[in-house]
Amino acid sequence: MRASYVIRKLIGAVSTLAFVAVFNFFLFRVVNRNPVDSMFRGRNLTREQLDELTRKFNLDGSKWDQFVAYVRQLLRGDLGLSFRGNRPVVDVIAEALWPTVLLVGTSTLLAMIGITIGYRAGWKRGSRGDTVSTSLSMLTYSMPEFFIGMVMLGIFAASLGWFPVGGLEDPGSTATGLEQLLDQFHHMVLPALVLAIAYVGEYMIVARSAMIETLREDYLQLARAKGMRDDEVRRKHAVPNARLPVVSLSAINFGFVFSGAIAVESIFSWPGLGQATYLAVRGPDLPVLQGLFLLMSATVILANLIADLLYGVLDPRVMGR
Amino acid sequence: MSVLELRDLRVTYRTEGGPVPAVRGVNLTIESGDTVGLAGESGCGKSTIAAAVLRLLPKGTQVEGTVLLNGEDVYAMKPGRLRAVRWTGAAIVFQGALHSLNPVRRVGDQIEEAIRLHRTVTGAAVGARVAELLERVGLQGAHAERYPHQMSGGQRQRVLIALALACEPTLLIADEPTTALDVMVQAQVLALLEELQRERGLSLLFITHDLSVLTSTCRRLAVMYAGRIVEEGPSVDVFARPDHPYSAALAAAFPTIGDSASRMNPQGLAGDPPDPSALPGGCPFHPRCARAVDECATNDVALRVSGPGRRAACVHVKEAADG
Repeated sequence: MRASYVIRKLIGAVSTLAFVAVFNFFLFRVVNRNPVDSMFRGRNLTREQLDELTRKFNLDGSKWDQFVAYVRQLLRGDLGLSFRGNRPVVDVIAEALWPTVLLVGTSTLLAMIGITIGYRAGWKRGSRGDTVSTSLSMLTYSMPEFFIGMVMLGIFAASLGWFPVGGLEDPGSTATGLEQLLDQFHHMVLPALVLAIAYVGEYMIVARSAMIETLREDYLQLARAKGMRDDEVRRKHAVPNARLPVVSLSAINFGFVFSGAIAVESIFSWPGLGQATYLAVRGPDLPVLQGLFLLMSATVILANLIADLLYGVLDPRVMGR
Repeated sequence: MSVLELRDLRVTYRTEGGPVPAVRGVNLTIESGDTVGLAGESGCGKSTIAAAVLRLLPKGTQVEGTVLLNGEDVYAMKPGRLRAVRWTGAAIVFQGALHSLNPVRRVGDQIEEAIRLHRTVTGAAVGARVAELLERVGLQGAHAERYPHQMSGGQRQRVLIALALACEPTLLIADEPTTALDVMVQAQVLALLEELQRERGLSLLFITHDLSVLTSTCRRLAVMYAGRIVEEGPSVDVFARPDHPYSAALAAAFPTIGDSASRMNPQGLAGDPPDPSALPGGCPFHPRCARAVDECATNDVALRVSGPGRRAACVHVKEAADG
């Protein structure tokens, strides 16, 4: 891979991230000039106490001073203090990180089965298998996550009782190690399935249309003329040319692994980043929201960077651009 | 034994607008080592014939008649046998300017794939064989590492020729291999094909719309119109003294090099090629024919002997004894 291509993409990613960090700062200052006043309105606090709080949350001084302090903090990996419980934002996020990575990561991997289904459906365009899988994909793709979630919850948790209704672990569980993991897994089955069902259709449809794009290409005819088997032509010549849209989609979705699934996490009381976002919005806990936004942007930017670099590997023509 | 024999080949495409007959009864024989040119406008069915020989037509296409490749009926073969015959019995030189090479795979890799598939060479010798093939078509062994987009149109065409030779096919089908190249490169590629043909005693079926190209490359010539052969014979004779008005128009469309009169006055052919799904009655060429008479609108003349080794399908051709 050409170094200039990599460097160009790296610079692009870093500057986007810097822009987001700056934008993030002003966004929350514009939303609320002095959140401390509104947060503690109606409580009997003296002016001194309020000033003390304002200092603590880095809201005193000029906007420029605040900005400098914010950037300094950021470079140290400090995202400030949550309005709630006096805890560092980093801790709040770190706590919610594992459940989300576990849930959304698993379901994203599950949903990627859609890629294989889509490639095969597109290859046999118009066949019965294509018609059935495309219709099913359209159906699941168009159903909102919360709807699938409620239905699954109603059937498999409430009625049949096969799976717990929510949470990450059994309440009061003291299990550790493998036992803890199995318990978490048991809790994860339903929300992971819901997310996988919600996303599998998207992968399937994107992979299918990418495959259909390649169907009329002359190199497939050449590959057949060489005497290759039909499935070899698909795997070795068609799929490599149908990868780019799928890689883009996967990158975006992996970016969302760290933003959590707000609807599904709320339904299943899954203590992940989605639920943390929901709670922070309700607060509103602006420092936590600010930290979450930064994390989401950073992961989406990183995922796109990886996708760009993958493009360079998957399609040699990309690098010349 | 003939390398290729087409007996009353008929190909009908199935489209949403109904069946479209692309090839309507073609008889063509290529003897071992012979070179045959197939000429005609786009849509006359000539490329369909190339695809039909290796059974590469889209699923659902109706194929009637017989295709014998080295004496074996291609349409009676089992899938495994068909795959084995593809590229070894007959290989196609595709058009390099189009996307005949896979853009995301190195060209050497694409040649190697054919060799490994048919095990013409195995193991460590494969790489050497790829380099040898590339060098034979005027490229360097190092070109194997290139991607198609890193090569010029002429180089890509050479790669496609090397690719077609990879498994030592008995018949080489060149499907408009020079169409999209500029004139200088066209001449180089033609010279290369002629050289390879002589050197290896290849049987060649050369498909093009450019009649002038065929006279130097091919011994025999067949002119197609609306899915049928309308004239055939030794290429020099057909080009110099065409019997069918369509061949005459086709020959006149290209200026003869060195002949300033023809250069200043290329003869075009009025009208468009006919729509294969709605052919005119009688001789399908009659609406565009300068020599058409009343009979042409009703009488669809079959090929008849018009001279030594020559046949043409036109009412003006007086039946002559084949000599």
